[in-house]
Amino acid sequence: MSEVVFANEMDEEMTLNMGPHHPSTHGVLRFIVKSDGEIIRTAIPDVGYLHRSIEKIGERCTYQGYMPYTDRVDYVAAMFANECWASACEKLMAIEVPKRAQYLRVISCELNRISSHMIALGAMAMDVGAITPFPWALREREHINDLIEELCGARLTFNYHRIGGVSFDLPKGWRDKTLRFLDLFDPAMEEFDRLITNNTIYIKRLANVAIINATEAKDWGLVGPNLRASGVAWDLRRDDAYSVYPELDFDVVVGKGLVGTVGDSWDRFWLRCRECCESSKIIRQAVDKIDEHPEDDIMGKLPKKIKPVGEAYARIESARGDMGCYVVGRGAAEPYRARFRTGSFTAMGIIEAKSPGLFLADLVALIASLDVVAPEIDR
Amino acid sequence: MKAEEIFEKVRAKFAGDVATGFNDGKGGDRDAWFLVEPYRIEDVATFLKTDPELHFDYLECVTGIDYPDDKQIRVVYHVYSYVKRHRIVLKCLLDREDPALPTVSSVWPTANWQERECFDLLGVLFDGHPDLRRLLLPDDWEGHPLRKDYVEADEYHGIPTTRPNPIELFAIKVPSKAAPLADAKKEGGP
Repeated sequence: MSEVVFANEMDEEMTLNMGPHHPSTHGVLRFIVKSDGEIIRTAIPDVGYLHRSIEKIGERCTYQGYMPYTDRVDYVAAMFANECWASACEKLMAIEVPKRAQYLRVISCELNRISSHMIALGAMAMDVGAITPFPWALREREHINDLIEELCGARLTFNYHRIGGVSFDLPKGWRDKTLRFLDLFDPAMEEFDRLITNNTIYIKRLANVAIINATEAKDWGLVGPNLRASGVAWDLRRDDAYSVYPELDFDVVVGKGLVGTVGDSWDRFWLRCRECCESSKIIRQAVDKIDEHPEDDIMGKLPKKIKPVGEAYARIESARGDMGCYVVGRGAAEPYRARFRTGSFTAMGIIEAKSPGLFLADLVALIASLDVVAPEIDR
Repeated sequence: MKAEEIFEKVRAKFAGDVATGFNDGKGGDRDAWFLVEPYRIEDVATFLKTDPELHFDYLECVTGIDYPDDKQIRVVYHVYSYVKRHRIVLKCLLDREDPALPTVSSVWPTANWQERECFDLLGVLFDGHPDLRRLLLPDDWEGHPLRKDYVEADEYHGIPTTRPNPIELFAIKVPSKAAPLADAKKEGGP
């Protein structure tokens, strides 16, 4: 798995190969690490092991037929890629989505955001050596998977959203189950905080490690939780609101550097914990408000022939931040170009710049705290 | 700031036809865009980022699109400003045979990887890029897959890139000629 090469006997620099099958690389990722003992001189990411050319596939599918493929852009948070593609097509063809469908989208996405953050938090804790939080986080995720399965029939690659709406309305009794889950989830998060977030060993391990300041975060195109952890109060859901988010009340959590510096690894961890609670708040309101809109009104009116001409760029706040989809149509049944802009991709770009001077073990913390997902990088 | 004002500001700043062809984004194209002379893209990008009224601090997306019928490759930049909360789309039209333009990675470091991806999948050369290597595909891959006329090679280092259709593999073989059946009858079979 790793092989040590000394370039020069007199110099202590060695070249170390980390991955692609390293457990802490979150999928198939490889780093070529040049280090002087424990201290990294540079870490060069080598990506592409999971490249499936999803953008090329998009040019060969019809607009609706591409939806299941978008699940595979980010399988940990598939709902967002669904929504992103749907909203890009809706923007392109000026389709109006019924309110009820928008609420269903918000509910499903926020549930997915929690489950995605659960993986991120659990895996990050495990990467730096705490095993217990991972099964705890997965336990919560399991409940969400059950709920989403009841909603759309799938547990991982949902294919739930449609261009113009969603595929199924709420099943009977689903709302009560969800509220019951959230009633258990909120105290579980507090417990989780006591277990790991505020744990002294954990704080000592992560505070002031791999600090990314606000300017760097903007320049390198970090988005979502990573950007907010660096102290930039920016959330697409609030600041460039889409869907029904303006009708819902929630806070945008920003990194404060409670135990170290703003933008350190602990901040990114803490911020995701808080965001789960905000998502829980959003879901509670959304399941309440959804009944103001008639049942089964979940699909908008689509044009008879889906052969648009023009282009549109839509973006949404996914679990890994600002996800954008650029779609170009030229009057055919298939899009001429479908492009996904993902949070993990740009987050990987910063690793080479941030790695010099880090400890080898802290590189693992940096990767984990950025919450990169390999298929989202490679697409 | 409105998209049209942004365009006017850029056009006034640069002499000649550096910024042209403003589209207000009210027709089929949903976002306002304008064309930029490819060889000046770096200057335009610097202006967009540093001008206090424009303050475009976030490069969202760099996309390459192949148009074989126009003999063009278009590179599209979506930029946004966190501070001013406005956006604009820039387009550069490149010659398909020799697509090259300056890099903007010195202005927005995030362009580094996005341009590498664009080079990898479309073969656009970014002059002055610090590390223009293939990103997603292996270094010795031939061709650029997102070009419309790309034909995938049959194999890569002995690994076939296609596989037989599994449905055809398991299809029941129907004898094409009636002869074997006739023989069976002669021998007294069913």
